Amino acid sequence: MSDQQPRSQTILVVGGGISGVTAALEAAEAGYETVLLEAGPSLGGRVAQLNRYFPKLCHPTCGLEINYQRIRKNPRVKVFTMAQVDGVSGERGNYSVTVKTSPRYVNANCTACGACAEASETKVADPFDYGLGETTAAHLPHEMAFPMRYVIDPSVIGTPEAQKIKDACKYDAIDLEETEQTFDLQVGAIVWATGWRPYDPANLTNYNHASLPDVVNNVEMERLAAHDGPTGGRITRPSDGTEAKRVAMIQCAGSRDLNHLPYCSRICCLASMKHAAYVREQYADAQVDIYYIDIRAHDKLEAFYNKLKVDPQVSWIKSKPSAIEAGPDGRPVVKGENTITREIYAAPYDLVVLATGMEPSVAGEHLPVNTGQDEYSFVVPAQPAEEGVAAAGVASGPLDVSMSTQSATAAALKAIQAVAGPAR
Amino acid sequence: MEGKQTGVYLCSGCGIGEALDMDALAEVASKEFKLPVKQSECLCGDAGVKTISDDLENGEVNQVVVGACSPRVMADRFRFGSTQVVRANLREQVVWMQPAGEEDTQMLAADNIRMAATQSGKIAPPTPHEESVESSRVLVVGGGPAGLAAAREASGAGHEVLLVDKADQLGGNARGRTALTPHKPPYRGLQENDIESDVQAVENDNRITVKTGTTVTETSGMPGQYSVTLSGGAQEKVGAIVVATGWRAYDPSNLGHLGYGASPDVVTNVELEGMLSEGGARRRSDGNAPKSVAFIQCAGQRDHNHLPYCSSVCCAVTLKQALQLKKADPETMVYVVYDEMRTPGTAEEFYREAQEQGVIFIKGSVKNVGSDLQVTVDDHLLGEEVPMSGLDMVVLATGMVPNSTDPDQETPEYGAEQLDNDINPESPIKVAGYNNGEPEVPERPGTAPSGGPILNLQYRQGPHLPMLADGFADSHYICFPYETRRTGIYTCGPVRRPMDMAEAREDAAGAALKAVQAIHNASEGAAVHPRSGDLSFPRIGYSACTRCRRCTVECPFGAIDEDDQDYPLVNPTRCRRCGTCMGACPVRTISFDNYSVDMLSSMIKSVEIPDEFDEKPRILVMACENDAYPALDMAGINRAGLSPYVRIVPVRCLGSVSLLCISDALSVGYDGALLLGCKSGDDYQCHFVKGSAMAEERLSKVGETLKSMMLEAERVVQAEASIADSGRLPQVINDFVKEIDDLGPNPFKGF
Repeated sequence: MSDQQPRSQTILVVGGGISGVTAALEAAEAGYETVLLEAGPSLGGRVAQLNRYFPKLCHPTCGLEINYQRIRKNPRVKVFTMAQVDGVSGERGNYSVTVKTSPRYVNANCTACGACAEASETKVADPFDYGLGETTAAHLPHEMAFPMRYVIDPSVIGTPEAQKIKDACKYDAIDLEETEQTFDLQVGAIVWATGWRPYDPANLTNYNHASLPDVVNNVEMERLAAHDGPTGGRITRPSDGTEAKRVAMIQCAGSRDLNHLPYCSRICCLASMKHAAYVREQYADAQVDIYYIDIRAHDKLEAFYNKLKVDPQVSWIKSKPSAIEAGPDGRPVVKGENTITREIYAAPYDLVVLATGMEPSVAGEHLPVNTGQDEYSFVVPAQPAEEGVAAAGVASGPLDVSMSTQSATAAALKAIQAVAGPAR
Repeated sequence: MEGKQTGVYLCSGCGIGEALDMDALAEVASKEFKLPVKQSECLCGDAGVKTISDDLENGEVNQVVVGACSPRVMADRFRFGSTQVVRANLREQVVWMQPAGEEDTQMLAADNIRMAATQSGKIAPPTPHEESVESSRVLVVGGGPAGLAAAREASGAGHEVLLVDKADQLGGNARGRTALTPHKPPYRGLQENDIESDVQAVENDNRITVKTGTTVTETSGMPGQYSVTLSGGAQEKVGAIVVATGWRAYDPSNLGHLGYGASPDVVTNVELEGMLSEGGARRRSDGNAPKSVAFIQCAGQRDHNHLPYCSSVCCAVTLKQALQLKKADPETMVYVVYDEMRTPGTAEEFYREAQEQGVIFIKGSVKNVGSDLQVTVDDHLLGEEVPMSGLDMVVLATGMVPNSTDPDQETPEYGAEQLDNDINPESPIKVAGYNNGEPEVPERPGTAPSGGPILNLQYRQGPHLPMLADGFADSHYICFPYETRRTGIYTCGPVRRPMDMAEAREDAAGAALKAVQAIHNASEGAAVHPRSGDLSFPRIGYSACTRCRRCTVECPFGAIDEDDQDYPLVNPTRCRRCGTCMGACPVRTISFDNYSVDMLSSMIKSVEIPDEFDEKPRILVMACENDAYPALDMAGINRAGLSPYVRIVPVRCLGSVSLLCISDALSVGYDGALLLGCKSGDDYQCHFVKGSAMAEERLSKVGETLKSMMLEAERVVQAEASIADSGRLPQVINDFVKEIDDLGPNPFKGF
């Protein structure tokens, strides 16, 4: 860039999951102004929906709380929820960014008193629970929401209920007329941290996720085990609410498969072990079978694998099941061939968990920032490097949380170099 | 305005006004504390906030008590520059948890106002320490890929860098690598080893000073002003330190069971790499190129007798070497014997490439490697032992040992206890039970590091960087990979956990940021994570200090040294402001400007204690403000009920709780005390590493104190609480209240 142009020292972070939050805070705590954009109504992203982390089985909300405290105390971090990047122009040191906000229908006057939710009767599928549970149209995104502010589902806008919700609010916080808005930001560097989404299990037609209620995917399993999830943390069969004691985990449900996600999603083996631990913590007589190709407990996480291996009620079956079908009693039956024993099996379970992989949230989209993407849509440095844009977390590749926050911290430094480093 | 004037602002919104008698509440502040009180129906609204800011601007008040919602919400609304704002939680933890209009609810709210007003009286805006930053230069120890990257990244952010490497040449283990595993699309081909360009870039960077053939012999000081002595005696000042000392190969002489030493043609992957860089693989026995090669994966790794962990890079390195052998001579037969192939992420494409190039993969475990290179494999897929004959070479894919110590230096007696691994990463998970009895858990010996300290820290708590199991100088937190128990010193690369070069370079950027950030915060007198920006720091009242050393021993971050007369010496920029020192001090002579034993005790004592005939017990709950306190807030959001007899005091960490607070509570008539803190032990979740463990240790001795007061030990209990306990915690507390109720009232009541 030319030295004549004024450089903006502000760092824009796109995506308010754990990577984006980390990148914004790490830069801000080094003295830089940061703007954090989140498309949804609350920060926290996917990790807010996780029950616990491997290998410590600690709660993600614990670290989120610390991060939210850091944001609360730091005027250098500006947070915008319901906000996405619509367009970017310019170059390192001088980006002009158009931000698009979707209506929340609740403004900053909201005190989170909850009167709107009490006035709201329509039940909508709770996106926080991946639709496994319901919530009212006016609702708090979840009990750890940040900002602690309600949101109204667009489905009731224009109905009498919407007016009832508005009337219930004493603080003039409901804005039923809110529309999509845009505004512009001038920033010097951009951290792209848009994260991931679970690979759509509907593509795995032989596993019948859509038609068999007791076949869930791994992110849904997190909600089934969460104290604030649809079952209050009891791991039960979605079909009838009975205890799920015989549970199968199907590894590489989509990952390592040229027809789906050709790469290994890295986290699924460990996530399934964690799910086995959830089940075993609840039921003394549980039996968990893990169907796998290779168990990938990378680096020090081998210890977590060893912890699970000592449990005789967790079995490891080297096999990629060919199908999951309804048995005569309606229970899902996992079918396939055991690669080691060569036995053909058809095993019924209370609950089957598909260890679906991670796909970039922006899969198939063209990014508004000038950077490269590989064929899976992971962000890779452009050639030649666009030095004002850095990717953080799973936007850059399939990573676990620790690696994501590591990557986000590195991305924060790259952004600082772009806004404050020596001109080059 | 001279002196302190607190203003109290009460909000009646969100149901507070419907549940409480606001005027009576206002009188608590105005009559008992003689403080000006203003009420608002929506204090967080523009008008309410303006009332407060106007009073501050007009000089009517200079400290603020907000009696409204939890401190966890509306923080931006109730932030008035550096003004100390105390939040009395009337919403989440009073009216959302208690029935409206009841006497007990009103008493609870009144006590929360009393505690907040008392707190405001006991605190002052923190004056930051006056330690200046003497150097903003970053010291990087280690000149391999991670160290070179750390140096360049810190320089790229505008900092001077001093890079020292023990070797005579930069490049570390990467020097001599023939090619790298792919990390660029399409993730299939070998990548050129670009370490030489890294070395060049560092040598050409005029902000980076390089000293090869150099080690650090002594490090003292703190962020912003470390004094470092280098071998040869040079003294250098630096502001922060990145340790990137990398890895060394596992000693193959331990791998006799895999044939190492029995035949010269059993080599390690490191040795093969050396051959490849010198023109190609050659049999050491006869100098011929091998025509049939077997790689044995996990040669030492994932083995409790050797390295219990997975070295994470060896699978991809084997694929790379296999492809190099294939490329040199496509007729070469290459076998890979593996238990699990671990090619996470896009490395899966590299695995695919090797399969397509004809590398043969055998899932099995190696039973024996003969001196004739016959490898006996227990083939997991065939279910039988298979002899592999006619091999020309066997390659052992050995793993990484972290250089968290310098193996060429003697292990000093001093700090030896630091090398003991006190974290067992394989402690059993909690299960509901077993069908056929508890299984036997194999012992995990682990690998204890030996050797001299890398930095030789002149710290009270020892010369080494704290390590986790197997010597990895890593963070024990998932969310915070650069958490360090030695503020200002950050590790990156394989000394932190096994990783490849691309990862190590990115890791270096992260560590460089933390180093730069530590210097920045030191310059502002501010704390780094997790109490980021906190300007308070421990002040020691030396006149009362008995030189008992508890603070210097218990500080989780080694921030307090001892002077030559054994008085504690706080290094403020190392401090993380958890208050563990304050909790440890038996004579309450350690305090922060805005946090002290006196403050906590006074808050506790400000609560109105009904006499025993009222049958209204009072239970003190001291709650970790990061986990237990938010969980209680969320219980309020969910409108869970809680005993109205409980008085909740948030604390920075349970480590900051002095037993004197507990005995003060009991002496004024509280009937019991419950301490809610984070999990301790192998999977500790305390944000200050060992604060909750310290509280447990102190509490284990509280029985004697209680005994001397003629009180039952059961009156004081510590319970583990996580932030996800919003459902469970009210029950835990209510059960405790019931137990105390069963014990009967504290006999000190009314005295």
